[in-house]
Amino acid sequence: MKNSSYSWGIRFLSLVVVLTVWEIYGRSVNPILFTYPTAIARAFVELVSGGELQRFLLQSLEVFVYGFALAVAVGIPLGILLARSKTLSLALEPYLHAIYSTPTVAFIPLIVLWFGFQVFAKVVIVFLFMVFPILLNTHQGVKNLNQDLLEVARSFCSNERRLWLDLIMPSALPFILAGINLAIGRGLVGMVVAEFFTSVAGLGYMIVQYANSFDTAKLFVPIVVLMVLGVILIGLVKVIERKAAPWQNREGSEV
Amino acid sequence: MAKITVRHLTKTYNSNTGKVTALEDISFEVQPYESLCILGPSGCGKTTLLRLLDCLIARDHGEILLDGEPVTLPRSDVAMVFQHFGLFPWKNLEQNIAYGLTLRGCPREEITQTVQRYIGLVGLKGFERSYPYQLSGGMQQRAGLARALAVNPSLLLMDEPFGSLDAQTRETLQEELSRILAHERKTVLFVTHSIDEAIYLGDRILLMTPRPGRIREILPVEIARPRDISRVRSDPRSVRLRAYIWDQLKERAAN
Repeated sequence: MKNSSYSWGIRFLSLVVVLTVWEIYGRSVNPILFTYPTAIARAFVELVSGGELQRFLLQSLEVFVYGFALAVAVGIPLGILLARSKTLSLALEPYLHAIYSTPTVAFIPLIVLWFGFQVFAKVVIVFLFMVFPILLNTHQGVKNLNQDLLEVARSFCSNERRLWLDLIMPSALPFILAGINLAIGRGLVGMVVAEFFTSVAGLGYMIVQYANSFDTAKLFVPIVVLMVLGVILIGLVKVIERKAAPWQNREGSEV
Repeated sequence: MAKITVRHLTKTYNSNTGKVTALEDISFEVQPYESLCILGPSGCGKTTLLRLLDCLIARDHGEILLDGEPVTLPRSDVAMVFQHFGLFPWKNLEQNIAYGLTLRGCPREEITQTVQRYIGLVGLKGFERSYPYQLSGGMQQRAGLARALAVNPSLLLMDEPFGSLDAQTRETLQEELSRILAHERKTVLFVTHSIDEAIYLGDRILLMTPRPGRIREILPVEIARPRDISRVRSDPRSVRLRAYIWDQLKERAAN
């Protein structure tokens, strides 16, 4: 307890110092190039009271949620399928790894060419950013089956359906969640970049717009929002990980 | 009729240095309710023998009869206790012990009752909701034993079940197993590399020698049950038996 209040104290103190230094230094710099915390807060209030921030945030979230849902809906089943079928995995693995290794941004102009500038194109971009870590991790998780436990299941005459329920899915779950965790970081990048490139919507567009009009304080607002969004989403996955796979946390175990 | 009849069982493995004969021409019988300990140094194929009997691996030649019927697939009236415990980390103790019954599709009420009974029998009352990683090795193996007993098998296969436990825990569990088997009459095959364990638990001892795995001799343990663990150790018959087995193993090692 004492230890944790100490570490929280240090964190808080560090935050106060950094914000104060930023505030003091930021005020002395040309506002076109840099800004300071209280100016960002003022810009935040202004953008919220006008409803602008909420509107752009919702547009971004819509794209993100659709892209994420699609990535999960495709990535997990395909990952399982690849792990099940040796032939399929041999046939597809080179392409999957190649596409995963290519910086996904490189595909964006092509996607715009194919799908236009609207929500659908952005969903496709977010999907591309997110699907591979989910797919490849699911594949790993299903393949990394504990052979000892597989033998236990066979010894107790488990059928195929129960094998999936009792063994394969639970043991793949931590891998899948780790994949989702990775995908969220990439998905946020995809979302912002997609908005840079495409139609006049979302937090990414907000950033471009205020950068072009040299309104640096307002430019920082969507950035901070994105930062908070990332922290919340990844924290959420961490919580789910702890709840869904408590055996992964081996602290305090005697074995 | 014998509970188990094994005739001319042979198993070879392919390794990078060529074929390795793990078991060569193994033949023996086990009578109903008999407890046969399979004893030998590591590498003599005793675990392979047990896995063959549970049909977890395929044999090259030979025949295995259970109650006079040939067996080729794992059977639900044969249960195995594993050296690595083999508990599912994502299931709590209750769910782990219920595993075999759940696979059989037993009614929920019956499962709860049976599981409660065996949790009591192996001394794990109060730990129903604990996960394996929260328990000591000894407690995990108690659960492994309860899981095997819960399906009411007529044949219990135990693969060095206490091999990874510390000496004291091992002795406690040996005593408890002996107590439990006095109530639940089972035919037991118990693999071990501990001479004392084999003498204490076995009605007969099947002594094996390695490379290739062969039966050296089958020795009766002529000490009446119930046995007291410290008395068995100082009993002149067991002292003689232990010395004899040592000589056999040493002679073999010297060759």
